[in-house]
Amino acid sequence: MCDTCGCGSEHGEFTLHSVDHEINDNHVRHDHAHPHSHSHSHSDKGGVTINVETDILSKNNLLAERNRGYFEAKNIKTFNLVSSPGSGKTTLLEKIIPLLKQKHEVFVIEGDQQTTKDAERIKKSGAKAIQINTGNGCHLDAHMISHAVKSLEVTDNSLLFIENVGNLVCPALFDLGESIRIVIASTTEGEDKPIKYPNMFSTSQICVLNKIDLLPHLEFNTEEFIANCKKVNSDLKIVKVSSKTSEGIDNLLNSII
Amino acid sequence: MHEFSLAQDVFEIVRDTARANGVSFVSEVTLEIGTLSGVEFSAMETAIESLQSGSAFEKTKFIIRKIKAEAVCRHCSKTFEPEDIFSLCPKCGNYGIDIISGRELLVKSITAE
Repeated sequence: MCDTCGCGSEHGEFTLHSVDHEINDNHVRHDHAHPHSHSHSHSDKGGVTINVETDILSKNNLLAERNRGYFEAKNIKTFNLVSSPGSGKTTLLEKIIPLLKQKHEVFVIEGDQQTTKDAERIKKSGAKAIQINTGNGCHLDAHMISHAVKSLEVTDNSLLFIENVGNLVCPALFDLGESIRIVIASTTEGEDKPIKYPNMFSTSQICVLNKIDLLPHLEFNTEEFIANCKKVNSDLKIVKVSSKTSEGIDNLLNSII
Repeated sequence: MHEFSLAQDVFEIVRDTARANGVSFVSEVTLEIGTLSGVEFSAMETAIESLQSGSAFEKTKFIIRKIKAEAVCRHCSKTFEPEDIFSLCPKCGNYGIDIISGRELLVKSITAE
């Protein structure tokens, strides 16, 4: 039984893996009644119509706000890293963790459909990491994060990076309670990503353009990419980096810490 | 396919509402989903159908009302139907619009018998 959300059991949803030991917290969605009063009206067909007017995302949004309150109270700065698969999220984390570790405790929640490979990579770079396997799920949600944070034993005054499942569509709708959402795009992906996936770019505060070391070999038009970002989200801060050569990494750290 | 987890949340909201109101059979559920909500309508229908089979809501009729997008230009105040969240204002040609409808993602009502 989960003391945050009171979930009991119904359908198995996700699995948490510590990279040190198996937690096997095969978690479950909760199923409990929330007593509400609703207004009723009688329809022509003889049935009673009950006005519900409930946001479908309300449960996730509520849990996300709880996470946010927890993070703020404990002074945990939280980053939700979103991108398509292969943009270099894990490599970027491997690059910045040793630098951040000089001054901060760093924790990482890794989200993937299968395997613990990414959490193992992160652990080698010096951060404490936990893997969430979403199974068939295409995104992390606030419920998974609240459990992962507890299992990971995130300490006060630390930095927490959440590497979302590689997908530019689904994670956009699910607030996790993060302080900053960072969308990562790479120069191998094309300039039109921001306008093809506007929800993700419009809900992020920072856009990292990764793999800029490859620019001499590509036809990628950086100005056009930036213009597309600004069309979708005029406040989006764009930071150009190369995880390989470290170009722009200092800029990125100054932008997030 | 985040529509599947949204559909699970729809079922949970419907189940909770039915319980709280002492309803034993829900004949109809009306959802309002905006065209800019980030939801693929056909995927949502498929997700609902797959969750319905074998559930307590197997015979419930799910109605999805598509809510048209509406935006107001921040520069000239023109109201129009945008194609995307970043559409240009058709009157003054500027970017910078406020979406006033089209992001809905609601369980609007249920009908009980």
